[in-house]
Amino acid sequence: MFWNLPYIAVVLLTIIGIATILLKKNLIKMFLGVSILTSAVNLFLIVLGYRDSGIAPIYTYAPSELMVLPTPQALCLTSIVIGVATSALMLSFAVVIYRYYGTVNVDEIRELKE
Amino acid sequence: MTWEVITSNLPALLVAVPLFAAFLCPLVGRISPGMRASWVFGAMVLTAAIAYILAFIVYSQGTVIYVFGATTPDLSVPIDSGGIPIRIMFTVDAMSALMEIIAVTVGLGVLLYSLSSDERRSGLENYYTIFLLMIAAVLGMVSTGDLFNFFVFLEISSLASAGLIAYRVEKGVAVEAGLKYLMVSTIAGIFFLFAIGILYGQYNALNMAILAERIQWTPLDKIALVLMVAALATKCGSVPLHFWTPDAYSMAPAAVTAMLVVASQASLYGLFRISFTLYGVALSYVTIGWVIIILGVLSMVVGVTMAIPQKDIKRLMAYHAVSQTGYMLLGVGVGLAVLGDQALLNSYGYTAMEGGIFHIMNHALYKGLLFLTAGAIIYRIGTSDLNRMGGLGHRMKYTMVFFMIGSLAIAGIPPFNGFASKFLIYESVFLFSPVLAIIAMVVSILTLASFVKVFHSVFMGPPLPEHDKVSEVPFPMLAAMGFLAILVIISGLFPQVFIQNLIVPAVHALTNQAGYLGTVLGGA
Amino acid sequence: MRMSKIVRFCADMLYPAVVIFGLYVIMHGHLTPGGGFQGGAVVATAAALVIVAYSYEEIQGMLSKFLFQVQESGGLLMFGGVALIALGLGTTYFFNFLANSGLLFGMSVPFGPNPGDLNTGGVLPLMNIAVGVEVWGGLAIVILYMLSGITKEGV
Repeated sequence: MFWNLPYIAVVLLTIIGIATILLKKNLIKMFLGVSILTSAVNLFLIVLGYRDSGIAPIYTYAPSELMVLPTPQALCLTSIVIGVATSALMLSFAVVIYRYYGTVNVDEIRELKE
Repeated sequence: MTWEVITSNLPALLVAVPLFAAFLCPLVGRISPGMRASWVFGAMVLTAAIAYILAFIVYSQGTVIYVFGATTPDLSVPIDSGGIPIRIMFTVDAMSALMEIIAVTVGLGVLLYSLSSDERRSGLENYYTIFLLMIAAVLGMVSTGDLFNFFVFLEISSLASAGLIAYRVEKGVAVEAGLKYLMVSTIAGIFFLFAIGILYGQYNALNMAILAERIQWTPLDKIALVLMVAALATKCGSVPLHFWTPDAYSMAPAAVTAMLVVASQASLYGLFRISFTLYGVALSYVTIGWVIIILGVLSMVVGVTMAIPQKDIKRLMAYHAVSQTGYMLLGVGVGLAVLGDQALLNSYGYTAMEGGIFHIMNHALYKGLLFLTAGAIIYRIGTSDLNRMGGLGHRMKYTMVFFMIGSLAIAGIPPFNGFASKFLIYESVFLFSPVLAIIAMVVSILTLASFVKVFHSVFMGPPLPEHDKVSEVPFPMLAAMGFLAILVIISGLFPQVFIQNLIVPAVHALTNQAGYLGTVLGGA
Repeated sequence: MRMSKIVRFCADMLYPAVVIFGLYVIMHGHLTPGGGFQGGAVVATAAALVIVAYSYEEIQGMLSKFLFQVQESGGLLMFGGVALIALGLGTTYFFNFLANSGLLFGMSVPFGPNPGDLNTGGVLPLMNIAVGVEVWGGLAIVILYMLSGITKEGV
């Protein structure tokens, strides 16, 4: 049970992220929900690479022990970069929407109907 | 550079040339607008030439693999790696080559159109930069043989498309559409990354060929498949996740909408690649086939019934795009449902898949043509509301002819190309289950009805007084529309040429999982 | 309402320190955790620091958008160009043609754990520098556009 604790954290973060996106009415809070969901997936990728009592995969002055996998760390880094670009674009959209609509409440930004 | 260096490195140049052109575009654009237009057009023509040469090589010699960072391009399994491919590679087989041809053909016409329809806007160097990035992302998405590389290109195309949708800030409405599209695409991408994590954690591999060799049908694999199918079905606009399609397609500039259609087809290609090549016959193909068939039927019916009461011309065409995506899902779903049974596959499975994949090509062509004509109408009139248009046929004759060609093609009337692909789907789906074929035919009739209504209200009737000074659109836009219309007519008059030479090798490459594995893993 | 003298003085003192630390993270990407994107993000924070301490109008003379645009395009060109040179040498795109070769970053790495030497890695430190420069330019432009509403009288 103790060794599954990071995976339980991933599931909790996913649920919190999805709940924030679905339940909140402010646009900025919905972006925070997307950010939490991205963090959940990044945590999942890193925890996958863990080896029991391994050390960081760096060769400089490294003691001779088992190292954790470095590939998921590279995948997570790419995902963080994509998350930065997505957040920058979404926040720019929020700035422009606020300038034209005067509000960031999702219930009132409904110009495009059926 | 000698000819051999270029031809052996073609898959890398296919993505590198648009990227280079996109990075230099802001600096070139500062010199003069004419320089920027010729720079962008030259880059697109060069990319199209590279794609055509690469497709020719693939169709004549088989699958081409290209390994990034190795000493020679086909060293997929290095000697000191323990028997697995460890580098990122591009695997261009016949299906990838077909999608590349579609992408660059539509992209060439669309770029020619966009050079004249957007020339009075500001911030154009950023527009062309993001446009070239989107083309590079779509080309990378259909050529790659590595699952995480596919995810990266998927995200690049989502971000680039969202930026282009919000380009014309029409008092904030376009930005709202772009924001909706971006939220949905980001959440779909995150679930796709979850599925990649699950597969990596089990099998310690990201290359599609190695995963296809090692995969067993465990419950975690089922969860990963469901997540990937859901994410890619969201990205291609099938019901019940289609709600971003009308907003995004109607608010984007017309040229961008045609490229968005191609980007949705690339996500559809990803769905097929995962079902056929990554999982193959390891999955319970009847269940997954029926899921895809049900998604297709729902898309067809919901798309066309929501399109009929629309008053905005581009929203109507967007709902029709959802409906036509249902045809492709239906055709390939029938092929997937009979994948394990060789007798049924030979009798109607291959024909259904040929119909579905031929429909991808036809849909990109005639839907692109329809969106470009709608953009031409909006360019001259200034509004997209059907109630305020009328009698434009007297003034805009060429646009009317192109619109007629496009709407006859989408309704499936011979001799245009919609008829050829829909006929293949009808005759094979009828052998599978007659009810589905009847539903498909009814949807086709409703499509024709909806487009007759649009044609009558836009072009027929007496000319309205406020449209008195409307003239024909400029020549580059007419040339782009004519280019796509000629392709629609040719592929409708000679469908057998296209099917025998382009579609049948693609279908056989898609269903032949053993061949794919042999080329990637057995290559020296 | 300007920021107080303490804030402005500390921002002046910290600006070169942040830039140098970011450049350190970029350069040592192949030996320690860090690399192109991380270092570029650290350096771009310096621009945000200075804008918050002063106001946008006072900074416009110091940080120009055109130079950052040139920096961004230049970084991407260097990235693609180094990868393209490998094509001219007869190998594939992105091949590491400088490793173990004795040229710019080409010293051979001894096997196993060792004190890391900066002169190793081949093409990787060049790519790190290219990406770092590009991210610096890109993120600085984003920050400049978003914080352009901070005027001398307050937000």
